[in-house]
Amino acid sequence: MSLAQALFYLMSFIALASALFVAATKNLVRAIFIFFVTLLALAGLYVLALADFVAITQIVIYVGGILVLILFAFMLSGRETLNTLGRQSNKFISIHKLPALLLAGLFLIVLINMITAADANNLVWIKKAVQFKNDIQPNVATTENIGVNLMTQYLLPFEAISILLMIALIGAAHLSRKERGV
Amino acid sequence: MISLTDFLVVSALLFCTGLYMIVSKRNAIQILIGIELMLNAAILNLVAFGKYDRFNNGGQMFALFAIVLAAATTAVALAIILNVYRQYKTIDPGKIDQLKD
Repeated sequence: MSLAQALFYLMSFIALASALFVAATKNLVRAIFIFFVTLLALAGLYVLALADFVAITQIVIYVGGILVLILFAFMLSGRETLNTLGRQSNKFISIHKLPALLLAGLFLIVLINMITAADANNLVWIKKAVQFKNDIQPNVATTENIGVNLMTQYLLPFEAISILLMIALIGAAHLSRKERGV
Repeated sequence: MISLTDFLVVSALLFCTGLYMIVSKRNAIQILIGIELMLNAAILNLVAFGKYDRFNNGGQMFALFAIVLAAATTAVALAIILNVYRQYKTIDPGKIDQLKD
């Protein structure tokens, strides 16, 4: 087993264990902080898939932006959320959770079946990519290529997403402003 | 080398954890975290397949777009959650069942 493989198993174990802990815990603050760990482990998995730029973006946007936003929302929504949490029962598997657990488990079986049936390692286009040296090697830097592609081939989605970000910014500011006089 | 199937299995497990959180939790913020988990599973798939596209970078590029979309969604969703909390004094989605106040 190579070092990359060992690191892959370690990272995926950390990601899955912390995700399960987030799903199981009753304490919302603890769930949010453990979710940090999940996101960082996922960034490690992106590095192992040779996508270093995406990993850095994941850390900057998710950990730096989204989690801080979630923490703010939790702190601003106050005591009532904690009361709601306290009334939930304390076991991971209880009768109320059974349908959800059943749904997730059955969906997992379907997905695993599909993955084994698809046999992703032997797809035609992947074999072709390996044959024509179109796969990313560990010793090349991909960030420059990403920048060039972003400004040429993917310019239209890039502009569309900038407009969408603008819309989201205005919408969020409008939704969270104080209502006057009504 | 790490095979594609390993990435797909990890991503499927993460997706199902997110699905479980969305269906079972009674707190809007935890449901939002579940949605983020599912989005991350999808991004992991994009990145894993993007390894085989060096010149066009299709997978990595759309992973970046998905991350930005997730950020925009979260900002709007949290603004909505705060508004709902101000209106109803609860963020349990099961209790928010009135159109007028």
